[in-house]
Amino acid sequence: MTKRRSPWLRLTALLIYGFLYAPILVLIIFAFNASRTNIIFKGVIAEQGPYRLEQDVVQSAPCGPFHWFCQLPNNRELVNAARNTLVIAFTSTLAATIIGTMAALALQRYHFPLKTFSEVSLYIPIVIPEIVMGISVLTLFSAVFSYLNTALPAASRLSLGLGTVIVSHIAFSVPFVALVVRARLHGFDRSVEEAAMDLGANEWITFWRVTLPLIAPGVLSGALLAFTLSLDDFIITFFTTGPGATTLPIYVYGLLRRITTPELNALSTLWILIVFTALSVSQLLQRRSA
Amino acid sequence: MAEFAVELRDVSKRFPGPSGEIVNAVREVTLQIKDGEFFSMLGPSGCGKTTSLRMIAGFELPTSGEVYIHGKPMGQTPPYQRPVNTVFQNYALFPHMTIGENVGFGLEMKGVPKAQRTARVQQALAMVRLPGYEARRSRQMSGGQQQRVALARALVNHPEVLLLDEPLGALDFKLRKEMQLELKRLQREVGITFVYVTHDQEEALTMSDRIAVMSGGRVLQVGPAFEIYERPNCRFVADFIGESNFLDATVQDVQGPTATVTLTGGLTVYANTDLSLTRGQAVTVAVRPEKVGLRPYEGAQNAFPGRVEEIVYIGTDTHYSVMLNGDQRLRVREQNEDPYSRPLANPGDAVTVYFDQAAARVLTE
Ligand SMILES: Nc1ncnc2c1ncn2[C@@H]1O[C@H](COP(=O)(O)OP(=O)(O)OP(=O)(O)O)[C@@H](O)[C@H]1O
Ligand SMILES: [Mg+2]
Repeated sequence: MTKRRSPWLRLTALLIYGFLYAPILVLIIFAFNASRTNIIFKGVIAEQGPYRLEQDVVQSAPCGPFHWFCQLPNNRELVNAARNTLVIAFTSTLAATIIGTMAALALQRYHFPLKTFSEVSLYIPIVIPEIVMGISVLTLFSAVFSYLNTALPAASRLSLGLGTVIVSHIAFSVPFVALVVRARLHGFDRSVEEAAMDLGANEWITFWRVTLPLIAPGVLSGALLAFTLSLDDFIITFFTTGPGATTLPIYVYGLLRRITTPELNALSTLWILIVFTALSVSQLLQRRSA
Repeated sequence: MAEFAVELRDVSKRFPGPSGEIVNAVREVTLQIKDGEFFSMLGPSGCGKTTSLRMIAGFELPTSGEVYIHGKPMGQTPPYQRPVNTVFQNYALFPHMTIGENVGFGLEMKGVPKAQRTARVQQALAMVRLPGYEARRSRQMSGGQQQRVALARALVNHPEVLLLDEPLGALDFKLRKEMQLELKRLQREVGITFVYVTHDQEEALTMSDRIAVMSGGRVLQVGPAFEIYERPNCRFVADFIGESNFLDATVQDVQGPTATVTLTGGLTVYANTDLSLTRGQAVTVAVRPEKVGLRPYEGAQNAFPGRVEEIVYIGTDTHYSVMLNGDQRLRVREQNEDPYSRPLANPGDAVTVYFDQAAARVLTE
C-alpha cells in the first residue's frame, strides 16, 4: 500500500525548489541573451554567421546562441582569473585533503593530551564568520611578512599573492575534509588493518592497500567539497589576494560595479555546471559508500 | 627448534581504564604450547583470552613478561614480522578485494611471484572446500564461507602458529558443529600449532589437545580435556566446565588418596584427593551431578538419605534436586533409560543418593 501524501506537501516542495532554482534558471537563460546590455531579454541569438550588431542587440554571431560562451576565451583578464582560480583550487584541495585526512585519522584512533581541545579548534573555522577568518589570516600574513621582510633582501620580499590565497584556502578547507573523512571513519573496523599487518604488511603498506581504499569515498568527497569551496570563495580570497592573483569571484565582483554583459552569465553558467558536477559526484560517492 | 611453539612467561597486560583506573586484563600468565598442538584458551567473557592472543600476534605488547615463539623472545616485534597468522572473530576480510586477492595477500607481501601465488591460493581455497571462489567478493558469501576464506587466508602462508579468536562465534549451532570438525581435520592435515580462543566449553573439550582455563586474567588450570573435567583443581574450573555440586566440609582424616570429611550438616563423605590436607581444614567437596545416582549399587562409599525437592525433565536426562538430611542440597542427574521416561522419584519422595568416593573431589581453592 502506498501512503497518500498531502498535495500541500508536494506544492511546498515545488515552491521551495522554485525559489532556490528560479534565479539560477534566469541567470542561465540570460547567458543566451541577444541584448548586449543584458537588462532586458531580447531573445536568443538566432543566426549563426558573421558578427552583426544592431542597436546593442546581436543579430548573428559565429557561434550562434553560444556567442557569449565563445567570447570568454578572448578576455585575457578573465582567462587569467580562471587560471588562478583553478591553480588555487587544485593546490589547496590537494593539500587540504592530505592534511584533513591525516587529522581525521589521528582524531579517530589516538588518544593524546588536549585531544578535545584540538578537535574543537579544528572545527572552529567552519563556524566562525568568514569575514573574521579573512581578517585574521590577513593580520597574520601582515605580521609575519613585516617581520620576515626586514631580514630578507629587497628582491625576495614576501607579499600577498597566489601563495597567501592558497594557504588561506587550505586553512578553511581542512576542517571540512576532516569532518567528511571522520564521518566515513565512524565505525571503521580496525581489524582489517590488523589483518593486513598480520599477513605481513607494514604500517605504510597497510595504509595504502587497506585503509586508504576503504576510506577513499570519504576522502574523495571531502576533496570535492574543498574544491568547490575554494572555487567559490570570495571573502577570504578578497583579504589575502594580491596583484596578479585575481580569482574569478573577485574578477566578477569587479565587473559588476561597471556593467554586466551576457558574457558574465555565460561564465556563471559554466561555473555552476562545474560546481554542480563536483557536488553530485561527491554526493554519489558518499551514498555509495554508506 | 625449541620444544614449545609458543611460550608465555609471566606475561601481564594492564590497560588504562575509561575513568583512569587500571584494568588488569592478563595477570602473570605462564603457558607452554607444544608444537603441533591444538591448544584452547577457555574462559568467561572478559577473562583476558583475546588480550593473551593479541599479545602472541603482536597487536598488543605485554606490560611485563615475555612471549616466545619457537624459543625466540618476541619483544617489540611488530605483527608483520611474527611467524604467526590470525583468524579474527569477525573474519576481517578485505571488502575491497576479491576472495582470491584476500587469500593471496600474505603471499604477495612475502613477494611470492604471481603464478605461484595463483596456484597456492587455488590450493588453499580447495582445502577449505571453496574451490573456484577466487573472483567473488566477501559480501557475496555466507558467514560460514567467509569464515573458511579467513582460514584459507591465514593457512596459505604456512604460519608456524595459527591463532584463532572465537572463529565460530558468529555461526549458528549446526554450522558451528560442522566447522568444529572441519577445523580439527584441517589442523591434523597441516600439522600447524593452533591456539584457539573460545568461551564455549563444549567446543574446547571436543577439539583441543589441551585446554587452559582462564578467569580474571589468570590461567587457573592447563591440561587435556579429560583432566580438566575429571580433576579440576579449583572451584571455578569445576563450576565453569560442566556442572558441579559444591558441599562445604571439614577434613576429618586423610589416608593416602582417601579423605574423610564431615559436611556442615554432619554427614561423613569419603572423597578423593591429591592435596596435602590437615585435620580440621575447611574444604569444598565437588561432585558432578551425573556421577550421583538414585539407584542403589554395589560398592558406593557414599550413600545418604534425603528428600526430592524438585525434578526437571531435560530430554535425555532428568535432574533431581535432593535435600540431604544433613541440610545440604545435591543435584542428581539420571539418564532417562526408561522407555516412557518415568522419573525415578517425585517431589516429596524420600530417596537415597549414592556416589563413589572417586566421584567426590576435595578442593581448597
Ligand atoms: N584496549 C583495551 N583498553 C582497555 N581495556 C581493555 C582493552 N582490551 C581489553 N580490555 C579489558 O581487558 C579485559 C580482558 O579483555 P579480553 O578482550 O581479553 O577478554 P576476553 O576474554 O577476550 O573476553 P570475550 O570473551 O568477551 O571476548 C576486559 O576487562 C576488557 O575490558
Ligand atoms: Mg575476546
